[in-house]
Amino acid sequence: MAKAAPSAGNRPKILVFSTNTISDPGIDLAGSQHMSYSPSVKVISVPCSGGIHPNWVLYALEAGFDGVFIAADGGDCACLPDCTARTARIVERAQGLLKERGSDPRRVKMAAICSVCSEPFVSHMRQFTEALSKL
Amino acid sequence: MIGKRIGAFLCHCGGNISDYVDEEKVRAAVEKESGVAVAKTFLFACSEASQEEMIRTIREEKLDGIVIASCSPKLHLDTFRAMARRSGINRYMYTQVNVREQCSWAHRHEREEATEKAIRLVRAGVAHSRLGVPLTDLRIETTPAALVVGAGVAGMRAALALSDMGIAVYLVEQAARVGGRVPAWGKMFPNDREGAEIVDTLLQAIRRRENITLFTGAEVVEKRGSVGDFSVKVRAADGTEEIALRVGAIVVATGFDPYLPAAGEFGYGAPGVVTLPEFRELLPAAEGKLRYRDREVRNIVYIYCVGSRQAAAKENPRPNLYCSRYCCTAAVHTALLAAGVDAGVNQYHLYRDMRTYGKNEILFEEAGRKGSVFLRYPDDAPPVVERPGGELLVRVRDVLLGGEEIGIPADLVVLVTGMAPRENANLVNVLKLPVGAGGFFNEIHPKLRPVETMIDGVFISGAAQGPKTLAESVASSLAAVSKGAALLLKGYVDLSPLVAKVDTEACAWCGECGNACPYDGAVERVRQGGKEVAYVHPALCKGCGGCVPVCPAEAVGLEGYTNDQVKAMIDALVREIV
Repeated sequence: MAKAAPSAGNRPKILVFSTNTISDPGIDLAGSQHMSYSPSVKVISVPCSGGIHPNWVLYALEAGFDGVFIAADGGDCACLPDCTARTARIVERAQGLLKERGSDPRRVKMAAICSVCSEPFVSHMRQFTEALSKL
Repeated sequence: MIGKRIGAFLCHCGGNISDYVDEEKVRAAVEKESGVAVAKTFLFACSEASQEEMIRTIREEKLDGIVIASCSPKLHLDTFRAMARRSGINRYMYTQVNVREQCSWAHRHEREEATEKAIRLVRAGVAHSRLGVPLTDLRIETTPAALVVGAGVAGMRAALALSDMGIAVYLVEQAARVGGRVPAWGKMFPNDREGAEIVDTLLQAIRRRENITLFTGAEVVEKRGSVGDFSVKVRAADGTEEIALRVGAIVVATGFDPYLPAAGEFGYGAPGVVTLPEFRELLPAAEGKLRYRDREVRNIVYIYCVGSRQAAAKENPRPNLYCSRYCCTAAVHTALLAAGVDAGVNQYHLYRDMRTYGKNEILFEEAGRKGSVFLRYPDDAPPVVERPGGELLVRVRDVLLGGEEIGIPADLVVLVTGMAPRENANLVNVLKLPVGAGGFFNEIHPKLRPVETMIDGVFISGAAQGPKTLAESVASSLAAVSKGAALLLKGYVDLSPLVAKVDTEACAWCGECGNACPYDGAVERVRQGGKEVAYVHPALCKGCGGCVPVCPAEAVGLEGYTNDQVKAMIDALVREIV
């Protein structure tokens, strides 16, 4: 089966939870630099990755997304000193909820995306798209 | 929500969007969306003419909320929120959808897919606005007084500048005397003014001001309230007296500690090995000849970067990774002062990178002309201080001589020590000051918001936030003053209403939200309707949402990012396009 350039309809649908001040500018920068990634990636922005409810992750996957990527604030977070640890706990909880429902926990992924992390973001999207295609 | 009338306005961005996205197709699809009363496209939505047309449409169509699909909200969120307000609708009923940076520019070779994505993104924006509620900024009247903590040069200069603008100042100094570390330093670069004289001039000026109250030997022991209206308590060091003050802003200027080398670090502890501040204390007494412990000093060896730019090692698990900025210039300046006492003294400077930046380069050149010799040592092979036969000998590899080892006999070894964060545990605890990686106070952003902290109304300045020269400390304290004064002179402060809110029906007080919140006093336990529930103080909540994921009842949500809004946006993003 030819796998070259599948149309958007066949590519895994990814929901990205991003943050207004840190990862969003990094994702914006990818666009400003005309770097491309799959159009089936959609972004919802929130103030801080430590404030994402694990139920939202579950909800998105049940609604039809194939994967949820949390573009975490990492060490740059100005509002929560332990933001990375909190975000990691949210991901763990979401993965736990998925396992309970017989879903693959690899559908949730987290990585810190900084305000100039355009290349890392695009490469994460490429890798996650590939990984989800194999699930 | 059913009755809400939403307007969807789609921007071409002069081709930046419409070249890659079929805008007419988006408009036609969005127009059919439930709740959308009108959908229009614009060549440039941000232009004056387009804004006028949107305002007209909002009024004619009696819209409750709007969505504009254009560039990143970083560019025009405030522009369009202001336009919404001018049109007569609540500015928080506006949602910006990013179809440029996050759609057209990222998918330039997939027009059909980009168009489909744009439709979904706009739909999510519509869902967000439909579930939005009109919100009002929280307005707090400000108290026209400021607290300045630390009466070093930065704090004193801040007090005078605030006083100039008619703001009452309480200047609190922990020590018995004002001036911090500057009076002991002697002549300061770049213009050789005596530190004590600078401090004295400032103190005289402060004494003449009626609106500055100076407390020496006193400490800040309590802070309550929020930006614009803090209640603080200041206690005399001997515990005899406590005074309550009300201020609208707080400027922290608590300075630094000089780095203190460990015993044996570059020979520290041995006779003849001193730090730069210790050497400075010898200088004023010297006349004609430099003497150390009754011996004439002929050879001085300066070792740079002591306590700065350290590498992690077993014996030093928490190294100071930063450059202390002031020390290169201070050492070069000190060498000039020493040459002024005795032109015949031999001075050797062992440095890693010479950072006499800006016009301080002149001092570096002059030191060379006055006979100072500069030798650069490699990062991984610092100089070694030895005492064969009781006499000091410094061995160094000179990078410019291809790494050849040189031994320099020394009468005095001066360790050019950097700045270290000051031990200030009490103040950090009282003010809840954020401490950064190097142990200094942390600003929100080093370039964009360099003197503001995450605690609104609390500003940091001077060497308390990182190593600085005196001139840089004063510049930063005046920056903190202008931030604080702008806040106080306006008379009020408007806080974002996008903060956490508790659904008291669903809340059964378990305390998890309070445990998750790092901001003092933001979450309170209150009694309401016969039960205990959580209450979020809107002036103290920072709107991070840290309390949202820990609530077992989904009873707490952030305004603008509620559970319902996020789920409705998810639905709108995945729903089929027919």
